[in-house]
Amino acid sequence: MSPPAAPPPSAPAAAPTADPIVSVAGVRFAYGARPALDDVSFTAREGEFVGLLGPNGAGKSTLIRLVAGLLAPGGGTVRLAGLDPHATPRRQVARVCALVPQEPRLDWPFTVREAVMMGRAAHQGLLALPGKYDVGAVEGALQACDLTHLADRRVDALSGGERRRVFFARALAQEPRVLLLDEPTAFLDLAHQVAAMEMARVAARGGLCVVAVLHDLNQAAAACDRLVVMGAGRIVAEGPPTEVLTAERVAQVWGVAVWRGENGVTGAPVVLPTGQRP
Amino acid sequence: MSGRAGPGGGRSRLGAPLALAILAGLAAIGVAVAVSCTLGPQTISVRAALDGVEPDRAILLGLRLPRAVLAALVGLALAAAGTALQALLRNPLAEPFVLGVSGGAALGGSLVLLASVGLSAVSGPLGELLGAAPPVAAGAVAGAILSTLLVFGLGRIGGRLVPEAALLVGIVFNAFVAGVITLLKLLAPPQQASRLLYWLMGAIGYESGSTLAVGAALVLASVAALGLLSARLNLLTLGDEEAASLGVDVRTARAQVFFAASAATGAAVALAGMVGFVGLIVPHLVRKVVGPDHRLLLPASALFGAAFLVLADALARLAFLPLGTEPPVGAVTAFLGGPFFLWLLRRATRREAELSP
Repeated sequence: MSPPAAPPPSAPAAAPTADPIVSVAGVRFAYGARPALDDVSFTAREGEFVGLLGPNGAGKSTLIRLVAGLLAPGGGTVRLAGLDPHATPRRQVARVCALVPQEPRLDWPFTVREAVMMGRAAHQGLLALPGKYDVGAVEGALQACDLTHLADRRVDALSGGERRRVFFARALAQEPRVLLLDEPTAFLDLAHQVAAMEMARVAARGGLCVVAVLHDLNQAAAACDRLVVMGAGRIVAEGPPTEVLTAERVAQVWGVAVWRGENGVTGAPVVLPTGQRP
Repeated sequence: MSGRAGPGGGRSRLGAPLALAILAGLAAIGVAVAVSCTLGPQTISVRAALDGVEPDRAILLGLRLPRAVLAALVGLALAAAGTALQALLRNPLAEPFVLGVSGGAALGGSLVLLASVGLSAVSGPLGELLGAAPPVAAGAVAGAILSTLLVFGLGRIGGRLVPEAALLVGIVFNAFVAGVITLLKLLAPPQQASRLLYWLMGAIGYESGSTLAVGAALVLASVAALGLLSARLNLLTLGDEEAASLGVDVRTARAQVFFAASAATGAAVALAGMVGFVGLIVPHLVRKVVGPDHRLLLPASALFGAAFLVLADALARLAFLPLGTEPPVGAVTAFLGGPFFLWLLRRATRREAELSP
């Protein structure tokens, strides 16, 4: 019986959920001589849907590529589930983090099921022979993305919205703890945009840490738990949508004058351009 | 649903088609070898040959069978290398010959051969040693690896691999290599020069047992390595960033594929010189049947590539029989492959034009 050595009883259970799974501290990054990120600090937790907003060239895509370990920071630290994602073998990173790029490519005529099964690669052996668990994970992901009826179709024969769902399903089949989405609604019609945001929200409710680069401020405000606003390589605001999305901030960051109101049904903030000078 | 999710259901979805493709490929090789062995200027009876009747036995086992085996090895290597290079370049027009990998191998092999000629002037036995199969094969493999690095290195623009640029670099490199080899031929004694020329044109000759053994070992090892990398190839076709986010260490995987594809090409060139377009025609046709999964596509392409080249070689021998001569098999594959390349190029460009708004 030695009281000082005994840990507080609640600490081990509370610690894993309390620690942010994504942690970026004082990160700088430049593409050659062109600076992209300057002293960016940012965290995200599991079960949270974070929207990354900002004008073109603000550094949003660069930030999620740093989190995914695809780029090495020029300074500062990036931690993903305690790992340095750029220095860790890709296989290990891919078990923690999935990235759905803005324009996923699939020039080769794989079927939907084959494409989604590729999400399992990091859990499989050299020849990627699917086990029973892999098959189950893929069928689950297909179902979650309403793709079961398209499973044997070729990906290159699908519509844009269906293709997006395939890549989202592939990321789900990867069974990551962090899901990074680069403009998940780009080039989609309204119905598919709403469906894409809903899939991301459901994934976060299921316990994933979801970080999405978004351009539609109203959609982000309606679906995200927290918004992070970037401008010129820095984070300029961060917090719940109601606090972050003010007319002053939109004018300051995007240079657009907006009317700021509320969605009468959901209560989420809404911004609409007024056409006036900010 | 129950059938798919049943025990081993996932495994058998790859296993059954793979077994079928391998059996079909082996059967095709068997038929091609049988055709190649029975047809020729001299009519022979296989039964008589197997009973030991001369000269049938000598023609079958001493000439035609080794030649068919050689053609099969070369086809196996080139089709597998072509399939792998297409995945790496994400372009169906990639192929060892078009990309200049065969050219680099030929240059490497030629340099070693000519060095052996030079050396034998000083010391006969040493020259012979250098001119033997293993050093020439090593020279060809080294040439293949260096040219692969060159083509893929120069095909990178701003850190991104541009397939069209890499193809152009390969084509220009081929022209460069052809010029260098022409100069080398002038330096060589006439008899060596004509031997070099015939080898480089893609002749399936009657090689010695040791050449065949060295070539076979190198081809089988490098094609087996490509087979083990086939699941990685699937992911590499998605592009570097996506492959990386799905768990592939892209630089390592690409270096492994480079090395294995270059070794296969180098071995093929050491055995038969520059035989073009096998790695273009065969993977394209096989992909139409088995689909894009490289775990199926690579072994199937390799086996049908072997059958294809055995038949092409038989065709080269038979078609020109009335003229009393036989063209090198490289001429036959170029005759078929050149138009095929142009057709593929126009089709790919047309599809791109349709897709862009």
